[in-house]
Parts: sequence; structure tokens; C-alpha cells
Amino acid sequence: MTQEALTSARMARPSLVLPRAHGYGIILVILAFMAALPLVASTYVLTLMVPFFAFAIALLGLNLLFGYTGLLSFGHAMFLAIGAYTTAAMTSKLGIMSFELILLTTVAVSVLVAIPVGFLCVRYTKIFFGMLTLAFGMLLHSFLFKFYGITGGDQGMRVLRPLLLGMEIEGGKTAYLTGPFYFYALGLLALLSFVMWRIVQSPFGLHLKAIRDNEQKAAYLGVRVARMRLYAFVISGIYGAIGGSILAISVGLADPEMAYWTQSGNLVFMTVLGGSASFAGPVVGALAFIILQDEVMSLTQYWRFVMGAILILLVIFFPRGLTGIADSIAARFRGGQ
Amino acid sequence: MASLIDIGLGGVFHAAIIFLVAAGLQLVFGVQKIINLACGSFYALGAYFGITAIAFANSMGMSPLLVLPALVLAGFIIGLVGIPIERVLRTVYRRDESFQLLLTFGLLLMFQDVFRFFWGPTPQTLNNAYLAYGTANIFGAQVPTYNLLVILASILIALGLGAILQRTRIGRIVRATAENRDMTEALGVDSKKVFAVVFTVGCMLGTIGGALVVPAGAASLEMAVELVVEAFAVVVIGGLGSMRGAVVGALIVGLIRAVAIIVFPEAEILSIYLVVIAVLILRPAGLFGKAAA
Repeated sequence: MTQEALTSARMARPSLVLPRAHGYGIILVILAFMAALPLVASTYVLTLMVPFFAFAIALLGLNLLFGYTGLLSFGHAMFLAIGAYTTAAMTSKLGIMSFELILLTTVAVSVLVAIPVGFLCVRYTKIFFGMLTLAFGMLLHSFLFKFYGITGGDQGMRVLRPLLLGMEIEGGKTAYLTGPFYFYALGLLALLSFVMWRIVQSPFGLHLKAIRDNEQKAAYLGVRVARMRLYAFVISGIYGAIGGSILAISVGLADPEMAYWTQSGNLVFMTVLGGSASFAGPVVGALAFIILQDEVMSLTQYWRFVMGAILILLVIFFPRGLTGIADSIAARFRGGQ
Repeated sequence: MASLIDIGLGGVFHAAIIFLVAAGLQLVFGVQKIINLACGSFYALGAYFGITAIAFANSMGMSPLLVLPALVLAGFIIGLVGIPIERVLRTVYRRDESFQLLLTFGLLLMFQDVFRFFWGPTPQTLNNAYLAYGTANIFGAQVPTYNLLVILASILIALGLGAILQRTRIGRIVRATAENRDMTEALGVDSKKVFAVVFTVGCMLGTIGGALVVPAGAASLEMAVELVVEAFAVVVIGGLGSMRGAVVGALIVGLIRAVAIIVFPEAEILSIYLVVIAVLILRPAGLFGKAAA
């Protein structure tokens, strides 16, 4: 490696690039596109988009920690599983079918878990934070996997279709997922992305960015570092659990693989694919990942190889992800650099 | 008494294997500051390649008594894949650690399909090799001699590694590079070469560990991702970057698993993570680690 390459590599610290303000516009475009999609797209494409809404919500939460606070969680699948199993337990065990009630419970459960777990995790940063979250995620996984009597073990737990706004939906599973549930999940994504946009623009969001950029300086200026990080952890846990709830309904099953560490790895993969430095990055990343995975899987059974190779190329050549590439193209058109 | 020895030796055998992988992880982390998630893939690679190598050697008429050295040799040879992989890793040495982690995660994904492509989705086993050395009677417990030999081999590798790191010129250079890369470069050490050697040795430790486990168990697609978290538990308990920590961590994890399987099978894996979390909270640097986060 030449000295020049070394210097530029040293300067390329993508997590330190400030999220761009225009990010919300991209999300609005995607939301409008998704709202119009049922008019033209096939049922298959629509069933593919429901998991996208789920991942997009979960990733918006993950990126509040990763992109904005500078904490890389490698156990975030834990919250997906919490959402999924809460939904499964309520619909198939307790017979509570109102989706609104399920969402509220999901939020409550994720907060109850995120507060103690976050309290222990946010005292550390960097690799130690990643490892501790990984350990908690795997703790939940081995509980879900091994305690057959409570969780159904590797069989998982069935998720029944809940009522939306108290209404019974006629028709089969596909009609439910591509019709009312599609729009419900899209609505949730719209709402939650707006809330997250407000969060990152708020003084609280600024605190997080200050902590990420210089923890000592932020503390010196009066930012309560640990508390702010804990809030971010809890919010991101709530988003993860809501995503997990939607995901479980679209799959019809909550299984322990949702909490496995490779799932957490995939979440981070999606975030980097879209670009962690952009507000819209995680949403773009989730969409790109789902389309890409579907395409590659239809081409070859060795799709993991292709996805792994894409991830490696991305990390080496485009660490700012798709939104980063779009940004630099836009900058070139404007005549900058 | 006999069953107690049985459980204990089973745990130590498991510890001997994960120690090798964890030692590779420690070495690479100590010098390159990269957590290599692909260490599990090296382990699985060693296992699959070990089976193929022994099958080939058997067809050439190898004496069954040579299984153990043949497996170590097979692990050593396939460990050379570390050289090209280090070339890829080299591009991100100065990047944020989250990106280094992701790159090794990409390698892990790719390796999963490499195994599937060459060895298929069904688990592979090595027949008849496990009892090639017979069983030994230790205080009334019947233990496969192979297990004892693997424990011995692992101890020898640990001692050899320690001797190289502590006593030789190369070991001194490696330790100095781990301590302060820029300073050793200023003193004329070619750190690129050091990194390449360290990574390849770390990779070989993983492949040898994988090769040694196949007579006792199957090589499967799951073993890579499963071992990553276990090796990770070992290094967290022992302390990141510490070789002594890897020994102690491996023994703790191996024995906990062996005991939990008997006492409370549901908590076999769970108990390991509880220990990991306890260590991270009470002593984040691990039992033998140097600096806290």
C-alpha cells in the first residue's frame, strides 16, 4: 500500500461523516412509491415488501445507535425476536388479536428488556459494546432455542393474523399481507420514520452526535453521556421490536433464528449497504438488500457467496453505501469536487 | 468417580479444540486489532479438508495410526489460505473497526457456500478414525486415547506458540508490533510481513483445531457460525489479546458445557453467555486482559 493510499484510508472514517439533512426526502420518495406499488406490482413483489417495511423500521432504530451515536450493536436481532415472540405469544397463546394492543405490548416488553440490557451495555463503547450486545442476543437465542416448553424450541411459535383497527379481514393470508396489512405496515414505517427524523433533529439527537464525535468534550459541555446513550438504546430497541412484530406476521412464525447473531450481522450489512451516514441509508439498504437477495437467490443456490462478496467489496470500496455513492454523484453534477 | 473423569476429560477435550481457534483469534486481535469472525470458517474449513485428506491418505494405504499427524498436517496446509485472505483484509487495516468486523462477516458468508459447493449440505464424518488408538482406562473411566492425544497436541502447540512469542527474535518483533505498530515500523520492521505471517498462523491454528475435531464429530455447515460465538466467549472470558487468557477461557467454557450437559442440558449454551456477560460487566478486560474499554 502506498503512503498516499494509507493517508486516504486513514481519512475515510465513514462513521464520522455527519448524516445528511436531505435524507428524509429520499424516504418520502420511497414511501410514495410503495403506496403506489400495489397498483402495478405482482402479489409476489408485494409480499416481499412487507419484510422490507419491517427491516426498514428496525434499521432506523439500529442506525440511531450506529450512525448517530457511534455504537455498533451486534446483537440487535434480539429485539426482532422480542417483537416476534411477543406477537406470537399474544396471538396464538393468549388469543389477543388486536394489532394495536399487540404493538403496545411489544413496545412495553422491549422497553422492559432494553432498559436493564442497555444500562449494562452503554457503559462500554466500540468492540466491547458490540461484544456485550452479541452476548445478550445469543443469550436470548439459546433461551428460545433450548427451553422447548415455553418457546417451542427450534419449531418456533405460530403467529396468527391479528385484527387491524379491530376489523376482521376477509380472505386468505396473501390477500391479508398484500392488502390491508401492507398498507398498515407502510403507515407504521411512515409514522416511525417521521418520528425518528424528529428525534435526530432534536436537541437529543444533537447530544447523540456530539457524544459520537467526542465523548469527553460532550461530557465537558454537560451532556449526560450514559443517560443519552441509554435513551438511544431503548428507542432503537423499540424500533427493532416493532420491526420484529411485523416480520413475524409476514412470515407467520416466530423462530429462534431471528435472534441468532448472523441475523444481527445481516442487519448491520443492510445498514452499511444503504449507508450509515445518511438518515435514509438504512431504509435504502433494507430495500436494496431484499431486492438483491431475492434476485441472487433466484439465480443461484450459492447466494450467500455472492452476498458475502458484495459486502466485502462494499466495505473496501464504498464504505458510505448506496446513499454515499448517490451523494458523490450528485456532488459531481453540482460541479463540486 | 469414573463418570466425573469422563465429564472432565470430555470438557478438556472440547477446551483443547476451542483453545486452538481462540488462540488464532487472540493472535490476530493482538497484532492486527481485528476481531476475525471468519475464524469459525477456518475451523470448519480445517474439518472438511481434514476429512478429504484422510480419505485420500487412506486410499493411498496410510496406517491408521498416522491419523493424528496427518490431520495436523492437513490443517497446516489448508491454513495457507490465510495468505490471500490477509491480502484482502489489508485494505481495511486503518478503517473503523465496525467495517473490519463486517469484512470478516462477509468472508464467513462466502465460506458457507464454499463448503456447500465442495462438500454438499449433508454433514461429513470420518469413519473408524476415532478409535484407531483404542481406549485408555483412567481410574475406571474408558476414554478414547485419541481425545488424550489431542489434548496433548493442543498443550504442545500452546507451549510452542508461547516459546516462539516469548523466546525468539520473531516473537519479539510480533509482540513489539502488537504494542506499537508505528514505532516498530520506524525501527525498520516490515509490519506488512509481520501481519501476513501472524494472520496465516492464526488461520492455521483454526484449521488445525477443525481438522483435529473430525474424528470425534461431524463436519457440518453450522459448525462455523456456532464456533464463532464459542471462541468469542473464550476470548472475552480470558481477555482480548491474551494467550494465557485463551487457555483459561477455553477450559472454563469447555468444562461449563460438559457439566451443564449432564446437570441442566437446556442451559448448556445459556450458561456460557451468562458467564460471558458476568465477566464483561465485572471485569470487562477479561481475566487476563490488559486495558478496559
